[in-house]
This record gives sequence, C-alpha cells and structure tokens, in this order.
Amino acid sequence: MSVKLNVNGKLLTADVDPQTPLLWTLRDGLGILGPKFGCGMGQCGACTVHLDGEAVRSCVTPAAAVGKARVTTIEGMAADPVGRRVQAAWAELDVAQCGYCQPGQIMAATALLKRTPKPTDAEIDAAMNGNLCRCATYLRIRRAIKRASGQDEG
Amino acid sequence: MNDARMKELTTTRRGFLKSVTAGGLMLSLAALPQPRGAAAANAAAKPLNVYVLVTPDNLVRIMARNPDMGQGVTTSLPMLIAEELDADWSSVRIEQADNEPDKYGMQFSGGSRAIPSQWEDSRRVGAGARAMLVQAAAREWGCAPADCRTEAGTVVHAQSGRRATYGSLALKCADIEPPDPKSLKLKAAKDYRIVGKPLAQYHTPQIVRGAPLFGIDVVRPGMLYATYAKAPVVGARVARANLEAARAVRGVRKVFAIEMAGKAAGAADTPAFHDLLPGIAVVAGSWWQARQGREALQVEWADHPSAQQSSEGFAATAKAAWASGKGEATVRNDGDFDAAFAAAAKTLEAEYSYPFLHHATLEPMNCTAEYRDGKLEIWAPTQTPEAGRQLCAKTLGIEPARITIHVTRSGGGFGRRLSNDYMVEAAWIAREAGAPVKLVWTREDDFEHGRYRPAGFHRLRAGLDASGKLVALADHFASFAPFGKPDMLCAMGANEFPARFVPNLRYEQTSMLLGVPVGALRAPRSNALAFVFQSFIDELAHAAGADPLAFQLALLGDQPTVGEGPALFNAARMKGVLQAAAKMANWGQAKLPKGEGLGIACYFSHAGYIAEVAHVAVAGDGTPKVRKVWCAVDVGAQIVNPSGAIQQVQGSVLHGISHAFHEAVSFAKGRPEQTSFAAYPVVRLEEAAPVEVQFLTTDYPPTGLGEPALPPAIPAIANAIFAATGKRVRSLPIRPEALRG
Repeated sequence: MSVKLNVNGKLLTADVDPQTPLLWTLRDGLGILGPKFGCGMGQCGACTVHLDGEAVRSCVTPAAAVGKARVTTIEGMAADPVGRRVQAAWAELDVAQCGYCQPGQIMAATALLKRTPKPTDAEIDAAMNGNLCRCATYLRIRRAIKRASGQDEG
Repeated sequence: MNDARMKELTTTRRGFLKSVTAGGLMLSLAALPQPRGAAAANAAAKPLNVYVLVTPDNLVRIMARNPDMGQGVTTSLPMLIAEELDADWSSVRIEQADNEPDKYGMQFSGGSRAIPSQWEDSRRVGAGARAMLVQAAAREWGCAPADCRTEAGTVVHAQSGRRATYGSLALKCADIEPPDPKSLKLKAAKDYRIVGKPLAQYHTPQIVRGAPLFGIDVVRPGMLYATYAKAPVVGARVARANLEAARAVRGVRKVFAIEMAGKAAGAADTPAFHDLLPGIAVVAGSWWQARQGREALQVEWADHPSAQQSSEGFAATAKAAWASGKGEATVRNDGDFDAAFAAAAKTLEAEYSYPFLHHATLEPMNCTAEYRDGKLEIWAPTQTPEAGRQLCAKTLGIEPARITIHVTRSGGGFGRRLSNDYMVEAAWIAREAGAPVKLVWTREDDFEHGRYRPAGFHRLRAGLDASGKLVALADHFASFAPFGKPDMLCAMGANEFPARFVPNLRYEQTSMLLGVPVGALRAPRSNALAFVFQSFIDELAHAAGADPLAFQLALLGDQPTVGEGPALFNAARMKGVLQAAAKMANWGQAKLPKGEGLGIACYFSHAGYIAEVAHVAVAGDGTPKVRKVWCAVDVGAQIVNPSGAIQQVQGSVLHGISHAFHEAVSFAKGRPEQTSFAAYPVVRLEEAAPVEVQFLTTDYPPTGLGEPALPPAIPAIANAIFAATGKRVRSLPIRPEALRG
C-alpha cells in the first residue's frame, strides 16, 4: 500500500496505508518533520499544512483524501513569497519561545495573508484562534502578522 | 540556605572549576565539541574550556549547558560567556551539551535558576577563555597581556595597533594554562556589548523553517515507533488484554505488557513506582501503526483503590476538615490569633479553592531510546537529564556510566519534564523491542498521566482593628498527601506572605490522601497561593475601606527586609514594584466605564519581586475580558536578554489568564475527566491582552524570569473583576455564570 502526494512541489510516494493521516504520512512516511503532532484531534493547529494554499489540520486529514491537491508544509514556505515574508517577520520579532507550535502558526498566518492581504484584528483572531501556543507568544504572533502584511504593528 | 541549594551550588562550583583548570581541560578533550564538517585545521583546535572552542575559521563554539523548553537559556547562558569572552555574537555557534554533569555541573531547567546560578560562573568561563586568547596574542607580539585589549572577537595591541582575530589565535592556545577563575576581572555593566541587548533566540531561524529540533523529531536508523497504554486510574494493573488483536494490525511488530518494575508484591504504592507504570506497549513500523495497534487492544484494568477518588470528594473532605476545627499540622503560629480575632473591630471569613492543573505542553511526552551491547542511548526532551539517567539506571538495572542522554529541545516544559516517566518507558520498551524505539504519547495519554498541579482549599479568617489595620489572620489549608506521603508541592511555607507582617497569625494544614502524582507547574505553589492570599488581602482592603494599593503598602510596613537567607523577604523591593505598576496603570486616576475595573496584586517567587495591575471588562452576560496588564518586575541589576525576558513575562501573564479563566482537571472514579484541548481549554490568541512590562533596575544579583510573573496575574485579574462587578472570585477557574448580572 502506498500514497502518491505532491509535497512542496515534488511528487513523492509514501509507503503507508492510504487511511493514515497526512501528518503521519509526512512525518514517518516521508521524513518531513516540520508539521508537528500536538493532539491528533484537530484541536491545536500544530500540524497545520496547506492543501492548494488553504490551511488544513493534517492530523485529521487522511492521506487518501488529499488526491491531486498540492501539499505545502513549513519546509516549502521559503519558496512562497507570502510564506517568506511571514517567516521573516517571525524571525525579526523573535516570536517563538519553545517554537513547537510555530510551524503551524506560520502556516495558518500565511494562508490568512494569501486570502486577506491586510487582515484586521478580528480577522487575525478568527484565522489564528485555533492555533494554540502554550508559551502564549500570541502578542508577537499578532505583531508579526501585522508586519508581514505591511500594517501598523500597534 | 537549604541542603538542596547548597548541594547545587557546590556541584556547580566543582563543575566549573574542573572546566577551567588545567586538569579539567585534559578531562574535557574526550568530549570536545567537534565542529561539524569543519576543515582539518578546525578539528585541530582544542577547546579553551569545556564550554568554549575557538576554531581557525574564526567561529566561536559555545556549549549550551541546560535544556531549553522555550525559556531561552540556549541563548542567554552563552550570551554571558560570549560577553566576557568579548566574542563577536555573529560568529558564535551554539551547541546543546549532552548530559555530562561531571563536566558541566548540574544541568537542569527548573525553578528559574539558570540566570541566578550561572550569572557569575558563566561570565568567568568566558573571561577565562578570553584571557587565554590575549595571552597567546601577547606571546606572539612579545608584549605583556596587560597591554592588549579585546573588541568583538579580536585582540588588539594598544600601542602598535596590531590586531589578531580570535580565529588566528585558535591553534596558539593549546599550551596555555587556563587562568584561576577567581583572578579574572569581569567587565563593568556599562561595557557590555551583548548582555542587555535584545537578541533573537539562537534557534529562531531554524524554528521558523520548521527544522527538526525537538525530541519528537529524532530519527535513528532502523527505528521503530511505540505507544504505551496505561490505566486511566494511575497505577492500576492489567487484568486481561487481547494482545493478539493488536498484533494482527498491519505494521505492528511487538506487543507486550510491562509490570510495575521494581515493586515488590504487597509493597506500598509510592510515587517512586509511578515512573514506570504497568501497561501494554505496542511497537510498530510507524507511529500511526502503533496507535492503530493500540486502538485494537481491549484491556481490562484491575481494581485500584484510587478509583474511589473524585474532585467532589476532595471538596467535601476539605469542608469536613474545616468543620472539625483544627488542622492536622500547625505551619506557623504567631501571637494569639483566637484572641485577636475575637477582639477585632471587624472580621472576615472566606473559602478559596483552585483545581488540579495539567501542563499540557504542546509537544506530548516522547523519548527515543536505543539499547545495544549493554549500553543505553537516549534522546529526550527533558528538564532533568541526569535524574532521567539515574531513573533508567535504577529501573533497568544498568550502570549509569553505560547510559548516555542527549538533550533535545522541548516543545514546552513548565515543570512537566522534571519527571522522566516517559524516558524510562522508552528505555524499557527499546530494550524489550531490540531496536531503537521512539515512544510518543497520545494527547489523551498526556492528559491522563500528568504530574498535576495539586488542587487546594483554604479557609481564611481575618480581623481588622478599628483603624482598619490587619491584626489577625488564619488559614486552614486543606491539601494533599500524595500516596500518603507529605509533599512539598502540596505544602504551604511558614513564611507565606503576609506571615511576618501580621502580629497574630496561624497557618494550619490538613492533608487528604491523593492517588495521583503531583508535579511542579510553572511557579509551583506560588501560582495557587498568590491567588488565595492576594485576593483575600484585596477583600480585607475593601473591608477596611482602604485603597487596595495603599492597604498593601501599609501591610508591608516600614522595615526594608524581614528574614535572612532563603527566608529573606525584601519589603522595599515589593513596594517598589507595587508603586511602579500602579504608576504604569494610572492607578487611582483612571476613569473606567461601568463593568470595568482595575485590580492590583504582587508576589515574590523564584527570587523575583513582581506587581501587576489588570484591567478587566465584564459584559452583561458575565463574559470577562482582560483589556490590559501592566507588570513591574524587579529581578535585580541586569536583564540578560531583554527580548527573551519580555517574552517570559508576557507569556507568564497570559498563562495566568489561562489559569484564571480556563484550566481545570477534575477527577471522577480516579480518572481525570479532561483528555483533550476541547475539554481542557487554554488561552487563545483572541484573549491575549497587551502586557506592558517594566523592569526595575535594582542593586541585586540578577535572577530568573521563567516563572515569577505568573502568580500575581491571577489575583490581579480576580481583583479587577471585583472592582468591575462587586463579585468576589474565590474559586478557579472563573466562570462567566458566576459574574452574570
């Protein structure tokens, strides 16, 4: 049994049962370790990746459901103009504490900015509220999103 | 100074001396931090001490001593070394040290101890290395070392203007004796170029790229993956299980039960045995397969006495203890509380309580272990690697010298990873599996097998005299004895504020039997006691008709300090932060709309003096919202890395919001009822109020910031809710229903 996936612009074959969640297909099947396991229930956002540019929870998305959609992980963000801006803002503002949730945060923020280039505070809340950060780096996350979208950081 | 602290200091001191004396240098060669992929010339460079290696390519390699779980020590401790080394920060490369206490001294992360314990020693490590580089240059130039100075990675001869980069001197230090650390002159703070500057964490660029830094990211050749099913009632044994069903799942390689290791039949259940609980391991070719195998398992767990426990039962037992009058133990008894209470002009009684809490680090407990030829190698996100090594040695019967612990970055710790239960599980499973194994707990495992912040129940009574002065205070604390044994984490200290500031004061404690393990959670004890005492003091201020700030300042009295050593409480520093926080928040001047209020609280913990003012708005339906928190912090003379320091304070305050409004573990039939983030919500981005931080510079040695800003956040919020609504919060977490109307 195997699954073919387009991940970060490459066609890859993972030797896993197609019902395996995308998260574990990426991590254990393909050695792509940026997406993180936080809960396995779609409740924390640490596993966030993009399917055709939309943020999804890879821990509750079976690999078989991905089909021909382009999978982008944190490892693919450097090749994405918006992702690169978000990563740069995250680095400049030293957003992370432990850093474990940050790949998911960056993926969620990048999806937001692709959809809404200048998000309001309310739009940031709505898009980012499902991504937990136990170190509570939220103040810098908000600032970094404002910076990456060229807005007043407040 | 207590014994543990003394031991820690002497261990640290011994490790340091070894690291910078000639003998230590020789000892350290075996574990020289080899530059990865460096040229032969680089490989020829010898470390200047166990922490510092300068290479001919002009890089300065510094070992990070302590585990990093997000508190920033991988950056801040090397900053101390780099400062006195006078390194160019851009040429510094940091590597995480393995667990080698004989070489590095105590390596742990807890108690906000990194900065206070390393402030002096780490700087001397850097200064010693710098002196060797200066000596090498002076020998080269035929001048006295005293005629040379350094600047950002270069030795300069003042008179001739000759310059030598550290890299050019790297191979010329091999025969130079490390100096006596005591002889080294350290920089004046005004000359700092690195310390005190806001620097991004060293690993920030890797974190934003999603680099595999964490324990869960470890991959070994031929590695298998494991899950470990344990009873939801802690300690219950496997009565029956259909291991065959798990074995039938695709990819599953091994399924086996583990009994409670080291526990003699009939022996008392003690916390020590909870480091390797009985359960069933499922080992597979991938983690998902291991999880599927576990899903197929049907396990019947044996009866266990802890299954009788419930949070409701604890609350009822606490009330019964209060009703019986006297506590089991007297923690402190000053003056004559009963007489003073009876004679008081005004009295107050209140019952406070708070729940069990779970750390819920976002990276679940995990560990990778490999057992080969009688040697055990471990990669672990742990706060206490040496304790983990000792635990594995004892449980598996392996000499500690045959166990190597590689410390990975931790995806959050907050005290959970002070316990190495997941490490010993991985070690046991790997030995049994005969292959490298990565054990990863499910989120449900993580919630069910916490090291919980203990709940607590306080019955407080107080008396004010006619002038509104607090003259009598008593607390009957209904707490726990985990597994029947007294535990520091369930005890209150005899000096708990306002002890020593109230003439007639009695603290008593009654301990209930508890069948789950407790653990230190970020600012242990303080995170609960601050809520109780700082809220009750606010109640007393209102009862006295006094402004809460003025009441607390008066309570702190006129003596600058009370007590000595570990019992020292510096009232002057506390007043300093109270006044600073009040000023930041425009306390007493701010005009707020109906339904909004300011609350103030202060707390001393982990050697830090912190005061906070919270601004909270409560909507008509009872929904509270923290609008802003002002935080005044006195952790001494120097903030090492302001970027990380502000993060720690802001994160602690927001963590406090999480405690205040969301977090609670309740037990029913001995099991925790919350096993997901849906059932155990934590603070989210939309609730992240601005947190304004001011560091007061005082003439005291610098202390740590991982914890002390958390405790006062909770009572500041609760007191603000009272100011906003007139409703007093005496139980956590705060429920909107209780604030309605």
